[in-house]
Amino acid sequence: MTVFEQQQFATAAPQVPGVGAGFMATLRRDLLVAFRHRGEMANPIMFLLMVITMVPLGISPESAVLATLAPGMIWVVALLATLLSLDGLFRSDYEDGSLEQLLMSPQPLFFQVLAKVLVHWLVTGLPLTLMSPLMGVMLSLPAAGYWPLMGSLLLGTASLSLIGAIGAALTVALRKGGLLISLIIMPLYVPVLIFGSSAVGSAIDGFPMGGQMAILGAFLALAVILAPLAAAGALRISVNG
Amino acid sequence: MEQPLLELTDLRCERDERVLFEHLSLTVNAGDVVQIEGPNGSGKTSLLRILSTTSADYTGEILWQGAPVKSNRVDYLNQLLFVGHLPGVKKALTPRENLNWFCGLNQGHQRTSIENALDEVGLFGFEDVPCHHLSAGQLRRVALARLFLTPARVWILDEPFTAIDKQGVKNLERLMAEHAAGGGCVLLTTHQDMNLQRVRKVQLQDYRGALQ
Repeated sequence: MTVFEQQQFATAAPQVPGVGAGFMATLRRDLLVAFRHRGEMANPIMFLLMVITMVPLGISPESAVLATLAPGMIWVVALLATLLSLDGLFRSDYEDGSLEQLLMSPQPLFFQVLAKVLVHWLVTGLPLTLMSPLMGVMLSLPAAGYWPLMGSLLLGTASLSLIGAIGAALTVALRKGGLLISLIIMPLYVPVLIFGSSAVGSAIDGFPMGGQMAILGAFLALAVILAPLAAAGALRISVNG
Repeated sequence: MEQPLLELTDLRCERDERVLFEHLSLTVNAGDVVQIEGPNGSGKTSLLRILSTTSADYTGEILWQGAPVKSNRVDYLNQLLFVGHLPGVKKALTPRENLNWFCGLNQGHQRTSIENALDEVGLFGFEDVPCHHLSAGQLRRVALARLFLTPARVWILDEPFTAIDKQGVKNLERLMAEHAAGGGCVLLTTHQDMNLQRVRKVQLQDYRGALQ
């Protein structure tokens, strides 16, 4: 039984582990979990594809009409797809007890939350961004809009994941948090939506879109610093209860 | 006189306007195995959650090696291992991947290889089987394999023997005794009788608040 020798605790306390190693451990684990649940990963994309397919059928197949709708439509659906996937961000960890372990590990919670949000973005926001040109074709988006669409989605979806983490953390202990997340998060999503779709609109109309992109970038910078902090605090409160 | 590892002074916990315990003072020295007893709903888990810093619903003071836990959080957590009701094991992952995460979070906290630890809890050959194929007892054993990995001094175990067979319980008891003899301490709750010498029992009911 004694594979290891009796250790002398008094001599050397274990070193406080590095932040980078903890970040990587959570990143690797969550990516693995996401990979094992590949089917669920496809949900936001399927949602996006279905809605975008319905639009020409439900409104009008005329490309002039679709072209005016396209930037806003794609942005709204991307936002809703992110919102739908948020509920599970901390839920499964809460239910199987790994969230407890995370809270009482000698790691700053900020970076642990950041790692989890990064994985969330990699499996929802990034695929949405990469699929967006296809949506553009289906809604006959004018040629000038493709790169701005991808650029604004790239910056915007990252902010959406980060901001959403706050709502997910606040509602993790509630059995039916789905609706509440939307209510908490929607007002914070509105500015991202407005500047994101207006960047694409401006580019299509031939105006510079640097301003909107800069604001999206500023949102992202702020969200990277503040959202994990707020989410970490919210997690502590949720688990405390 | 050696400094006690954990000192609780005048701890009071209230839940839903019901006092679970009050005036609870307890000193845990190196080498102690403390069993917290009480009927269901008497606040055993609440006490352990307070000690694991996940719950802050208490008044009173907790000292870790003479310094308040609240201001030495990282230091304390670095020396703490908690196994709760929930195993904290991801079912989609294999035992090896689960323990890899644990070792990554607590980097440098590895006394033996993961294979060894899994072997010790009787999961040899199950290292790479996804955890949803394992039974409840085996899941529990994956969580308990942490005990073999961690060099933490304070072990807080909430019902560690649930779903564990007799031989497993015996092994765990021996492990706890070894840990205590090596200068660590164990706080646990269980409804089973323990075959350990030097188990200190704390009856939570003795600290029950006056009836309201």
